[in-house]
Amino acid sequence: MSVMSRDEVESLIQEVLEVYPAKAQKDRAKHLTPNDHEVEQSKKCITSNKKSLPGVMTIRGCAYAGSKGVVWGPVKDMIHISHGPVGCGQYSRAGRRNYYIGTTGVNAFVTMNFTSDFQEKDIVFGGDKKLAKLIDEIETLFPLNKGVTIQSECPIGLIGDDIEAVAKKKTKEHGKTVVPVRCEGFRGVSQSLGHHIANDAVRDWVLSARDEDDSFEVTDYDVAIIGDYNIGGDAWSSRILLEEMGLRVVAQWSGDGTISEMELTPKVKLNLVHCYRSMNYISRHMEEKYKIPWIEYNFFGPTKTVESLRKIASHFDESIQQKCEEVIERYRPEWDAVIARYRPRLEGKRVMLYVGGLRPRHVIGAYEDLGMEVVGTGYEFGHNDDYDRTIKEMGDATLLYDDVTGYEFEEFVKKVKPDLIGSGIKEKYIFQKMGVPFRQMHSWDYSGPYHGFDGFAIFARDMDMTLNNPCWSKLQAPWKKEVAADEVVAASA
Amino acid sequence: MPNVMIRQTESGGLTLYVAKKDLEESVVSIEHNTDHCWGGEITLADGSSYYIEPMSEVPSLPITVRAKRGAGG
Repeated sequence: MSVMSRDEVESLIQEVLEVYPAKAQKDRAKHLTPNDHEVEQSKKCITSNKKSLPGVMTIRGCAYAGSKGVVWGPVKDMIHISHGPVGCGQYSRAGRRNYYIGTTGVNAFVTMNFTSDFQEKDIVFGGDKKLAKLIDEIETLFPLNKGVTIQSECPIGLIGDDIEAVAKKKTKEHGKTVVPVRCEGFRGVSQSLGHHIANDAVRDWVLSARDEDDSFEVTDYDVAIIGDYNIGGDAWSSRILLEEMGLRVVAQWSGDGTISEMELTPKVKLNLVHCYRSMNYISRHMEEKYKIPWIEYNFFGPTKTVESLRKIASHFDESIQQKCEEVIERYRPEWDAVIARYRPRLEGKRVMLYVGGLRPRHVIGAYEDLGMEVVGTGYEFGHNDDYDRTIKEMGDATLLYDDVTGYEFEEFVKKVKPDLIGSGIKEKYIFQKMGVPFRQMHSWDYSGPYHGFDGFAIFARDMDMTLNNPCWSKLQAPWKKEVAADEVVAASA
Repeated sequence: MPNVMIRQTESGGLTLYVAKKDLEESVVSIEHNTDHCWGGEITLADGSSYYIEPMSEVPSLPITVRAKRGAGG
């Protein structure tokens, strides 16, 4: 199917919306639109960050997912207590593949699940005592932890436990940071509010810890990687590029990060923000309080990586800028070889994306480097400012969908017929059974890293092995295949 | 009375950010913008406006201030 015109996209949206009742139709229509380069502000064409419609299948998560799963979870030397019933922690444990260096259970705890396992009596009589006991037990069993965060699950807010009081008491008792995070799942419309709450908790309980302390030796080239969760090693493949450029990466937020790195971040010269959605709040705060400028960058695909490296270098002196060019030149043969190998196999293929955070716009460049075209994209929990940034990246009259429902997404795929879909695990098997090649783009389908030049090679290989996999022609049972007439004749002979 | 953050962009203009509304909008005009008086009515690119108490000097940006929603805001 060739490129769709604006009218075709509009009629497609109309067609898909038809099955809804009138009210739902009106509501959902605001979230679906063909991209329009003329529009400067996304809010004129698309509504986002609104409560999902009851009764539809949404792909969103909750505030707890945003705080524990995304922002706090990867901080490796802290213990993150899932405070409440056991399920929230257990079913989200270790699913995001935030890689880290350390010995799990000794000085790193990312993939472990700590929970207060609420029972009926805790709901009735309150769980503060249990929480206090739990923190004491953690101190005994895991003495090398550097701090504790209390990630509230829904009941904590409902029964009104005072986790802040417990946190203050235990901080005093053990001399370690204890952070209460009010990220009850029912807050907000999606995980996005969880990011915000987690950012605010960092701001209030962690960030100013070393304000009075100048013992940390700073250099002019200190930077912090903000909003890189080291999925499959992403932050590492980003970090080496920055270090080769001559910058010193003081902190990684929060993939493979530590609390001490977080406390040192106010001392850096520049904050590099990868995931704008989940970490812009803290970057803005640091800009205001510590006068640290922040810039957004994009390390997906060589074109964008080179662009970003130059942009980062432009904030430093000429020695860095020169080294930046050297780094680019050194890696050029590598990525040229990757493009030479995979581009002919992927050229012209069309991709539909539906993910969260930064990927709906950031990976577009990587696909374009491989000669592929992104024909539809959307955010699970994006806000206006995300769509503002997306409109420029996407082709004119391509589909934009916000908080797309399971039904809408399936219908769009049936009509647009992309060659590849990038979305989450909940969508993966539906589309694979429909015979459409699929990559799980939340945690890189158990692969990665995808950031930087090293990551691009893996990205290209993964896309190729998914798209050009011979299995896609074998999905239909042989006896259901339409057999050409002469073959039938031959078989009956 | 939302809290708004005003910051300088890379290109030199001002933007106004309202966290609660996810609004990040460039500032078209600001009522008082002299060395000894800064603030007042701020008009944004989308037509809405906010009012902040004029300050006696230009503050160091970014800055978070309480603002009143003006006409069209």
